[in-house]
Amino acid sequence: KENADPQRTAFLLRKQWTLYSVTPLYRFSNARLRDYARLLSAFIAAEKQKGLAVEVGVELDIKVVVSSLPDLKGSDQDQAAILVQLSSRSPASPKNSEEKLIWSGWFCCVSGDDLSENVPEDFTCLPLFLANGAESYTSIVGSWFQKTFDCCFRRLAISPLNLSWMAAMWTGCKVDKTASVELVFSVPCLPQPLDISYAIHPEDAKALWDTVQKTPGEITQEEVDVFMDCLYSHFHRHFKIYLSATKLVKVSTAIASAHCDGIIKFLQSQYLTGVLMLLTELAISQIQ
Amino acid sequence: HLATSLPLPSERDHLRPRIDLIAFMIDIKSKYSLKNVEASLAHVDASFFLGKVCFLVTGVGRVNYCSVEMNAIWKLGEVYCSPVLFCELELEGIRVATAQRLLRMLQICAGHVPGVSALSFSSLMRNSADD
Repeated sequence: KENADPQRTAFLLRKQWTLYSVTPLYRFSNARLRDYARLLSAFIAAEKQKGLAVEVGVELDIKVVVSSLPDLKGSDQDQAAILVQLSSRSPASPKNSEEKLIWSGWFCCVSGDDLSENVPEDFTCLPLFLANGAESYTSIVGSWFQKTFDCCFRRLAISPLNLSWMAAMWTGCKVDKTASVELVFSVPCLPQPLDISYAIHPEDAKALWDTVQKTPGEITQEEVDVFMDCLYSHFHRHFKIYLSATKLVKVSTAIASAHCDGIIKFLQSQYLTGVLMLLTELAISQIQ
Repeated sequence: HLATSLPLPSERDHLRPRIDLIAFMIDIKSKYSLKNVEASLAHVDASFFLGKVCFLVTGVGRVNYCSVEMNAIWKLGEVYCSPVLFCELELEGIRVATAQRLLRMLQICAGHVPGVSALSFSSLMRNSADD
């Protein structure tokens, strides 16, 4: 499937997104997005009245926009991505004063056939949710969706095993812009936390991956293991430290960077759908 | 007796009592522990694999910390014909239950349970795991 138009999705790049898995939404309709924006806006205003104001002492007029991102999908069966944006406008200034985007969140499903095929008719599958902005807004928006569509949000963590898959996959991608492949490890069982950062020249990393990968376009667990083991032995030879005894917590490449707490940053629009496909898979396995 | 790897130092061979059961511990959060176990297995006499070896996988409570692929562990159990046990050391209840299981296995391997041999017991465990 063709990749999304880079201009339309450029605003998704270089932002830090916190990941959640979302169970299927009951009776969600693509045709009612304006209604949802209105209802969500009223809900936020009500929460503020209740004293659950997000920022104490700051009077903000919050505008809600809910739109569809039809380009962000993998197969035709996938539901189009849904974007929710919260902007603020100071009520003191005139009507056409500048609006500032204060929070964004989007639901998506890229190649989520595993889930959408097994779900009853009234349900919409958008298993991956990405949020950028204050946690308090994420919580309010999340509550509204949970109440309205009877769904459940859960933080999506990424295990060291899955992070190593990302490291291998993304190292193999051809990119114009070169950036180091950086792996960050957290050392367990120490009185004070210690992180080890291992940066590899992208060409060296790609050369290593190219010798490991047997079939282009296909990756096996064995190949990922060999790739990581080579990196670990190289490190051990120089520093006498067994990285395999530590916990891989962050992977950064020119394509994207991912943290085990479930935080992602997209850096290349041409690989956006590819990364989303992997994240969708992780979200679906957390749901099931 | 605890050891971080095999082979055991030869200096103390003459002082060592008979070994009835070897439990290899694999921490699912550490790839290194799996590699260490794989290397140590090479130093074990073949006769031990007739029911006197088991694999104990720890840290299984937290899926998000997983650094070792489960298939690799299942394969190890298959290749060495030995049962794989799972536990979470941080939870006292599970820790105690696992210790009791190991103790029971040790009694059988040491020949203290009449009518049950180490070999018959281990094949019993493996068959129920397949179900």
